[in-house]
Amino acid sequence: MKIWLIVSAFVAMLVIASSCQNEGQIEFNRFYSNGSVVYQAHCQNCHGAKGEGLQGLIPSLIDSIYLKNNKNTLACQLNNGLKGKIMILNKEFEGEMPASKLSPLEIAQVLTYVTNSFGNKLGTINTDQVNADLAKCK
Amino acid sequence: MKNTGYIIALILLGCGCKFNDSTTKTLPIYGNKEPVTKTVNGKQVTDTVYQTIPAFKFVNQYGDTITEKSLDGKIYVADFFFTTCPTICPVMHRNMLPVYNEFKNNPDFRILSHSIDPKYDTVPVLKKYADKMGIAGNTWWLLHGNKDATYTIAKSYLVAVQEKNAQENYTHDGFFILIDKQKRIRGTYQGTDPAEVEKMTADIKILMAEPDQKAAK
Repeated sequence: MKIWLIVSAFVAMLVIASSCQNEGQIEFNRFYSNGSVVYQAHCQNCHGAKGEGLQGLIPSLIDSIYLKNNKNTLACQLNNGLKGKIMILNKEFEGEMPASKLSPLEIAQVLTYVTNSFGNKLGTINTDQVNADLAKCK
Repeated sequence: MKNTGYIIALILLGCGCKFNDSTTKTLPIYGNKEPVTKTVNGKQVTDTVYQTIPAFKFVNQYGDTITEKSLDGKIYVADFFFTTCPTICPVMHRNMLPVYNEFKNNPDFRILSHSIDPKYDTVPVLKKYADKMGIAGNTWWLLHGNKDATYTIAKSYLVAVQEKNAQENYTHDGFFILIDKQKRIRGTYQGTDPAEVEKMTADIKILMAEPDQKAAK
């Protein structure tokens, strides 16, 4: 009897744990797949289908270290645009990225897509994080 | 053994057909055409006159003056863009790069990219764009010119361009236009579609091999 209780409690824990994990995975999948649609409509022309950029004109999106180091300001970059010099894969870029007219949800989706594609793996960037980041924009 | 002979004969026949096909292939000639009747040696001869690109004068990224005479004896591709274009231009020039790389060592080939935003795209801006694109030499010219002249020449390339609209955007077609040594239009390709641009590269090779292109200087 006691053994059954322990076993069923253990099983219940497992189920709960795995469903949590599933929910996280489901959220990620949802953001990622919607993000790919946003990417195609708003980013792909310049940054390319594989995030390859365009020569010295438009930076690629494959610099995982840049993305990781700037994870909390990426939302601001999309919202307000980006001007001035940046270093991507040891190469200097100084063009101008126009401000997007994306909503915080779309920014979260597209950032989840970009930071988990093209060899990047930074996990989900959700709407709460984006709103928090946007509040701190310079 | 007998069968093998037939098979070899069939293969040879197949090759023969294909070979003939590729040597006789020519590109169509686009644009308006007019029949013109002339008297040659006392006989009436009717000839077809095709639309050609009219005379022009622009300045390239090096500050050199480029006219229709700069294209004498050249096959070239023309397009319309502007350096700050956030929409189709990066796609067009991403697709144009392999064309540039394929033919950059051919002295009889040029690419002409007309800026439709002459106010912003001055000669130094175009030079900087060329440098960042990684293009050098005289194969690919980025042309600055008077706005009216650019918009007028676009029409002769059958390309639509418009001035800034309410959203402060220029609108223009993303076509690549292939012009032969007689300044006739030989192909139009959607520059935003990699498959069409690949077809253009194949067509350029066909055009270069046409007898009247080889002969023209």
